[in-house]
Amino acid sequence: MTNKIHKAFENSNGKAFIAFLTAGDPDADSTVKYVLEMEKAGADLIEIGIPFSDPTAEGVVIQDANIRALKNGMTTDGAFEIVRRIREVSQIPLCFMTYCNPVFHYGYDRFFTRCEELGVDGIIIPDLPYEEKAEMEEPANAHGVAVISMIAPTSEARIQTTAKEAKGFIYVVSSMGVTGVRSEIKTDLKSIVESIREVTDVPCAIGFGISTPEQAKKMAAISDGSIVGSAIVKIIAAKGANAAEDLFNYVKSMKDAVKEA
Amino acid sequence: MSKGRYGIHGGQYISETLMNELIRLEEAYEHYKKDPEFNAELQKLFNEYAGRPSLLYYADKMTKDLGGAKIYLKREDLNHTGSHKINNVLGQALLAKKMGKTRLIAETGAGQHGVATATAAALLGMECEIFMGKEDTDRQALNVYRMELLGAKVHPVTSGTMTLKDAVNETMREWTNRVNDTHYCLGSVMGPHPFPMIVRDFQSVISKEMKEQILKAEGKLPAAVIACVGGGSNAMGAFYNFIEDKEVKLIGCEAAGKGVDTALTAATIATGSLGIFHGMKSYFCQDEYGQIAPVYSISAGLDYPGIGPEHAYLHDIGRAQYVPVTDDEAVDAFEYLARTEGIICAIESAHAVAHALKIAKDFGKDDSIIINISGRGDKDVAAIARYRGVDIHD
Repeated sequence: MTNKIHKAFENSNGKAFIAFLTAGDPDADSTVKYVLEMEKAGADLIEIGIPFSDPTAEGVVIQDANIRALKNGMTTDGAFEIVRRIREVSQIPLCFMTYCNPVFHYGYDRFFTRCEELGVDGIIIPDLPYEEKAEMEEPANAHGVAVISMIAPTSEARIQTTAKEAKGFIYVVSSMGVTGVRSEIKTDLKSIVESIREVTDVPCAIGFGISTPEQAKKMAAISDGSIVGSAIVKIIAAKGANAAEDLFNYVKSMKDAVKEA
Repeated sequence: MSKGRYGIHGGQYISETLMNELIRLEEAYEHYKKDPEFNAELQKLFNEYAGRPSLLYYADKMTKDLGGAKIYLKREDLNHTGSHKINNVLGQALLAKKMGKTRLIAETGAGQHGVATATAAALLGMECEIFMGKEDTDRQALNVYRMELLGAKVHPVTSGTMTLKDAVNETMREWTNRVNDTHYCLGSVMGPHPFPMIVRDFQSVISKEMKEQILKAEGKLPAAVIACVGGGSNAMGAFYNFIEDKEVKLIGCEAAGKGVDTALTAATIATGSLGIFHGMKSYFCQDEYGQIAPVYSISAGLDYPGIGPEHAYLHDIGRAQYVPVTDDEAVDAFEYLARTEGIICAIESAHAVAHALKIAKDFGKDDSIIINISGRGDKDVAAIARYRGVDIHD
């Protein structure tokens, strides 16, 4: 399998719009439909969250999405089935986002074998820092899956240590705290991105707190892309299985803004 | 393998945002634990504020009644704030203060750790916010008010199962939000490295004293040390200085709730499996997809789906034994200790008492058993009354 993440950054201005949603929120059919709808609206990469009972890096919006999905019976196998259905019609770059335990418990080799078979390109694990990544990265790499590195406002000297070994793309966390919409992002992201660029060509995208086209444009301008989760999940929370049109319009407005970055 | 490993367990499975803070905490701890001034200050707080050393009490009536080993009770319930939690909290709060922190945050289950943290914050002039599951704020309303009296702000946590694990989730979230001036005063031998080590070291004063006290009283080591285990801080404190003494049996009592063959249990070693959660690799109660199970125990302090990584290791190598104790057995033991020795212990500690009642007669009359009475039971009286069908108000 060839990893497709780089394709997300190979468009007109090299800037990606990355969209997140939770598998099975509100149901599997909707997730398949919404991924394809967001691709149509211009999303360059989709992160599919495998729900976890205790998502400690998430704010209330995505916590609630995890609870809804689990209540509706979503499982790790269910998330793989969603990917299988998407892959029947789309080759958009896909990453899973989840926590250590669902992957560990499934069995690393079994999990990444399945990812390779279905064409999942990367995995984002908020509770897997640089120090612990080896146990997951070895089996993931063996199956062509990139373990995405995260860099936070507090990373300091860890920025370059982490960036040097990064694969796929680098997830730059914009702010302190958990995921969720923020009115203002105060971190000096420009200098973090500059520090990353000194040691790697791996693209970096900024996430956490981004909800408006203005923010998406600003973040993409100083990096290689913008990542949006909670704002998308909010639309799904409000519209349930009837969110396709709203999602299309929202993602299009965000992608248009990123294009101008 | 990363730092802070106990066999395959432990590690630092935590968000990148917190990693540098954990590294700083470890560096500060390694520095201050060798600093005579820090240690003198802590010892002074232990002795003059917390009331250490705690008594090792020979329970004569219980011994005669059970007809086996001599029963000794390590009276951590007599510490200031009423439990062993103060040992760790004074250590961490003092360390945090040296690190320049001005604010403490903490999770709490039964409220004992929250009360201890609020107490240390008041004493050392620090801000304090406590996260406590909504279900626990209801069943431990008295402790909520105690924390507020001490100047802390208590946040009832309404996510998930609204108990201890959700309180930990929420405290972790708050810490990622505000790390510069804030120390997360974690209450058990769990979480990412260096917490299991730091909490163990501060709690190990329990077994250090036990050893001196029992040698003075009996002239030999005990046959067994028994303690209740949720995350496992009082047990780790009670076991630590006996680990090398292979002849001393170390027994941790897990909360079986309604029984280990039911879903209403919190017995991690008996029913859990290997996983990664709350910053550590260890054993957790979880389903076939690694979703953390909603656990249950009558005891809010043991109502946790995991166990500290060093306990998981002691279990793996067979150095300590972990046994399940049901709600019914714990409540019976709670009442037994009150009637027999005039001591109302915490319902958590009653799990350890219950196991001692089962095994005391298996030992000879020259043997001694130490039960760690980790806390006092005033906070549980209303809940026990309700359990027995008596309707009293808190």
